Amino acid sequence: MKRLLWITGALAALALLQWGCSAILLDGPIRQGPYYYQIMILAGINIVLAVSLNLTNGITGQFSIGHAGFFAVGAYVAASVSYYGGPGIRAATAFLPAVGQDTVVLLLALAAAGLAAALAGLLVGIPSLRLRGDYLAIVTLGFGEIIRVVILNVDAVGGARGFVGIPKLSNFFWVYLLVTACVVTVWNVVRSSYGRAFIAIRENEIAAQAMGIDVTRHKVMAFVIGAVFAGMAGCLFGHYTMYLHTNSFTFVKSFEIIIMVAIGGLGSIEGAVLGAIFLTVLPEAFRGFEGYRMIIYSLALILIMIFRPQGMLGQASLFGKKSKGKRK
Amino acid sequence: MESFLQQLINGISLGSIYALVALGYTMVYGVLRLINFAHGDIYMLGAYFGYYLSRLIQGRTPSHLLDAAVVMFLSMLGCALVGIVMERLAYRPVRRASRLTLLIIAIGVSLLIEYSSQVIFGADPKFFPQLIPETQIHMGGLILTNQQIIVLFTALALMVLLNLFIYRTRTGKAMRAVSFNLDAAKLMGINTDQIIALTFALGSALAAAGGILVSINIPGIDPLMGVMTGLKAFVAAVLGGIGNIFGAVLGGLILGLAEVMVSGYGSSTYRDAIAFLILIAILLFKPSGILGKGQVEKV
Repeated sequence: MKRLLWITGALAALALLQWGCSAILLDGPIRQGPYYYQIMILAGINIVLAVSLNLTNGITGQFSIGHAGFFAVGAYVAASVSYYGGPGIRAATAFLPAVGQDTVVLLLALAAAGLAAALAGLLVGIPSLRLRGDYLAIVTLGFGEIIRVVILNVDAVGGARGFVGIPKLSNFFWVYLLVTACVVTVWNVVRSSYGRAFIAIRENEIAAQAMGIDVTRHKVMAFVIGAVFAGMAGCLFGHYTMYLHTNSFTFVKSFEIIIMVAIGGLGSIEGAVLGAIFLTVLPEAFRGFEGYRMIIYSLALILIMIFRPQGMLGQASLFGKKSKGKRK
Repeated sequence: MESFLQQLINGISLGSIYALVALGYTMVYGVLRLINFAHGDIYMLGAYFGYYLSRLIQGRTPSHLLDAAVVMFLSMLGCALVGIVMERLAYRPVRRASRLTLLIIAIGVSLLIEYSSQVIFGADPKFFPQLIPETQIHMGGLILTNQQIIVLFTALALMVLLNLFIYRTRTGKAMRAVSFNLDAAKLMGINTDQIIALTFALGSALAAAGGILVSINIPGIDPLMGVMTGLKAFVAAVLGGIGNIFGAVLGGLILGLAEVMVSGYGSSTYRDAIAFLILIAILLFKPSGILGKGQVEKV
């Protein structure tokens, strides 16, 4: 009952925020309102990507540089669902008002995106049983690139032209609903027995195995959970920009997500959130120095990693007690 | 049959470039266990140095070949310096840090070089001057250009030189010792810092040579040209067995051939995927690469 209250409260708060943001930023007097609104949306999507990658990279210690691949799978599968299946779904739910129909389409697209990304995660997770460290990183990078090249060759999703005509269904409400769901899920997973197993695998795989942890199962599980959220983020991304091109999903995007996690502090959920916000806002803040801003950005990255390799937060937690796994 | 032979030649010529770049990856990985993501960008810098140098030098020496040789040598020297500076400023301070930190710094260095080049050189592609006038040589039904032949032989010569250096000189022996065990090498009185710097210098010089040789064949150069080539050269290094010099050459050749065959007989849009498919296959079945030695995990 208490949980139900919490959920209703969160939904109401998000709906209120959505209403407020669109009233002030989109229809309001602020000239650059829509620009700020877009930054907020992108920051939300990056938070989901960073937090979900953090589960694989930071908490389970399986270094993956293919996160953009899951993001792409989710984005394209979801876009296909609403583009090709949208009219059918709307016809079947004609008794609902337009908003209701939109919601049904988006929810189905989200589910499809999550499912497809989970499958992709399973596919990538399996080689992780045999590989570790650098080799795993390279394989995930390869998988990410293969996914991109395959999408590039599927004409039904636009191929090299890009996927045009995706309905605009996602907004502040949906993006931050996903952010909340993602953070709460990862938070709870980390504090469950699964999370302790993940951390044990990160700290010492052999010792973890000796303690009776099914290393294989937990590694794949971490990959799949991470992939599901990345896929859903892809769904909301596509339904916000209304256009998808494989250029948004190169390994450079994967690097970006890793950098967010690393700058925030590997293994720290709050760190991933902060890192994502920081790295979305920082390049925008330097927009005045066109051309130089990316130089500053990359220089900042190098300097942070040299002088504070544990990231902004390290493994510290802003809220609550330190988790047991991190106690020395 | 003739078209197959033609593809074979094109494949070897592309493969020798990948091999040159892959050597740098493999050498740096050998000594530091670091995937130097910035290596592909050094290759790009090599092409740009070559571009500016050839505008200075072209026509000042008695022959075209000498022109090309001087441009290439100076550009290799320039990139070797960049490699040393990169190692000194970005990698040395964190040598003892976690692998992840190193990897992220490598990504940062790569981005830094790319974006700085876009500002300094301009983001638009440039046309690499023709250092050696092209002549075609017909052999049966095959068409070879003199440029292809020069590229192939220069690449081969550089690889042979590198091999001689690593296996026949004292410094080369020190380098092998460092890559075998850094701490033990240090205890034996080897100046490991110097050797690591030298490794970066050599690798970067080879990448620069690769950049110029590519530009002789395909004259369009741009600040992002190193991204894909770097990645594929890295795949080549892994394919052959990372840390292994012969492996890098073998991997480069296999990758070059595979790519040319796929775009010749299959679909050219899958060209980029083949590299990664090969990579995943090799990592699943023999993660240490074709010539690499498997490592025993110690508890």
